[in-house]
Amino acid sequence: MLNDVTFGQYYPAKSFVHRLDPRAKILFMIAYFVAVFLAKNFFGLAAVTLFLLFAVFMSRVPFGRVLRSVKMILFLIIFTGILNLLFYSGELTYEPLVQWWIVTISYESIVQTVFLSFRLFLIVMGTSILTLTTTPVALTDGIESLLKPLMYIKVPVHEVALIMSIALRFIPTLIDETNRIVAAQKARGADFETGGLFKRAKAMIPVLFPLIVSALRRADDLGDAMEARCYRGSKGRTKYKKLVLTWRDLLGLLFFAALIAGIVLLNIYFGGKFDILHYFMGG
Amino acid sequence: MEAVRFEHVKYSYREDESEYAVNDVSLSVEEGEFVAILGRNGSGKSTLAKLINALLTPTSGKVSVFGLDTSDEKQTFAIRKSAGMVFQNPDNQAVASIVEDDVAFGPENIGVPREEIGKRIDFALNAVGMQDFRNAMPSRLSGGQKQRIAIAGVIAILPKIMILDESTAMLDPQGRREVMAVVKKLNREQGMTVILITHFMEEALQAERAIVMHRGEVVMDGTPEHIFSHSDALETYNLTLPRAAYICKKLQAAGMPIGEAFTAEELAEEICKSLQKG
Ligand SMILES: Nc1ncnc2c1ncn2[C@@H]1O[C@H](COP(=O)(O)OP(=O)(O)OP(=O)(O)O)[C@@H](O)[C@H]1O
Ligand SMILES: [Mg+2]
Repeated sequence: MLNDVTFGQYYPAKSFVHRLDPRAKILFMIAYFVAVFLAKNFFGLAAVTLFLLFAVFMSRVPFGRVLRSVKMILFLIIFTGILNLLFYSGELTYEPLVQWWIVTISYESIVQTVFLSFRLFLIVMGTSILTLTTTPVALTDGIESLLKPLMYIKVPVHEVALIMSIALRFIPTLIDETNRIVAAQKARGADFETGGLFKRAKAMIPVLFPLIVSALRRADDLGDAMEARCYRGSKGRTKYKKLVLTWRDLLGLLFFAALIAGIVLLNIYFGGKFDILHYFMGG
Repeated sequence: MEAVRFEHVKYSYREDESEYAVNDVSLSVEEGEFVAILGRNGSGKSTLAKLINALLTPTSGKVSVFGLDTSDEKQTFAIRKSAGMVFQNPDNQAVASIVEDDVAFGPENIGVPREEIGKRIDFALNAVGMQDFRNAMPSRLSGGQKQRIAIAGVIAILPKIMILDESTAMLDPQGRREVMAVVKKLNREQGMTVILITHFMEEALQAERAIVMHRGEVVMDGTPEHIFSHSDALETYNLTLPRAAYICKKLQAAGMPIGEAFTAEELAEEICKSLQKG
């Protein structure tokens, strides 16, 4: 579980998607989001789904692995789905199915719910393809490189990226430490499992304090270790790993351009998401 | 050539200088030497180490590394390039989640060109016997392996001096042996000056010279054998003898006619000799 956190959920492989430049992948991700939000009807979402399946296939990550990330936020999808279903407040063309107190279930709310859940599902799946095929280190490198222009308005891009990668590095260490402290407090009779929320939160205080103290001490040590290794900010610094764009990224660009063009066309031909109701209900 | 020189160095963590962590220390370490520094908790060993690579600068007196004054800020960078330091906790030194990125950190900081960094990583990982772990995650390695990566991170800067501040203290016996083997090899094969701070007397025996600190002062300085033959003095500084030397001393006190021995091998030999005679 520790390494799940450090490596995000990186799935090592040497696929086309893995080998895309992280900067390109981040931009593609944004293009993908744009495509998902641009799609006005179910045909658009279906097209995005096909594209997604194609991307999963190209990434050589088992489909189950990609689905697993959806499982983690299934609750969120269901929750927003139910809210939408019960409290949809848009215009109604058809008679509502159920109307009780402040709750209304209508054909429109059903369509809306399916549509939004589908969207959320696509976004989570897409994001997890990014994190499954890109190491956090590559991601931070990519973000650093993409944000570089901000240096001209005095944003400390290098420092921010370094902080991000150090934070990633220390996550497993701190989780380890937390487990150790919890075990130590349990051995002293601390009780983390019973009682209400308040009592349990209070039981965490003797865990939190040693954890913070130790984190500060680690930060101190790390500062010394970094200085001892000649760190003095971005001044005169070189980078070992250089990001290079290849034909793959160009090909990826074409795929995504095609996706967005396709969505725009589908929007024009098939109209909005509720048009599907006319088809089923007539009129 | 003289690698490190302390001239009447005092250092106090306090504004009012009411107490000195390092008190009037003068010493000199030659290039290529392997020096162990011993002393009880709080005797000033870490402070002494940090004074060498300008993590601290003396309150009074002068520290120089290859002739460069550590109090001169313009020299700090050059001093740190030639005097690398490995710390105690293997978990608090790595900056990156992948071994090769971590080893690259030092060379990147000193502006080594990209192609050359790759070569230095190869060289450094080879030197510590971790070449197969280039793409591993430090968090998955053992303590001894983590410390070897930390050493590789220092080697990649190509320093002339390597300071190890209790770098074996948190390791198991296996990890300690791994790290000591690497350090000895660096000293022997590359002529690296090694300054090893340790609580383990057995490790001090592997050095050519041992320095004992007590309350911020250098109180003994000589070969490890010389120092361990003064067991009464060691006791006043709260230090113990290496186990074999201790057993040897007890046997002598009990009337067994054996000579001085510091390591298990030497002790075994002495005992055999006395048994053959008797
Ligand atoms: N950052 C600090 N601030 C204030 N006092 C300190 C600091 N670091 C060390 N000291 C004090 O300076 C003295 C020497 O400490 P130092 O860490 O150099 O000893 P040491 O020999 O390395 O001990 P150990 O074996 O525990 O590592 C101690 O009395 C200690 O309390
Ligand atoms: Mg110390």
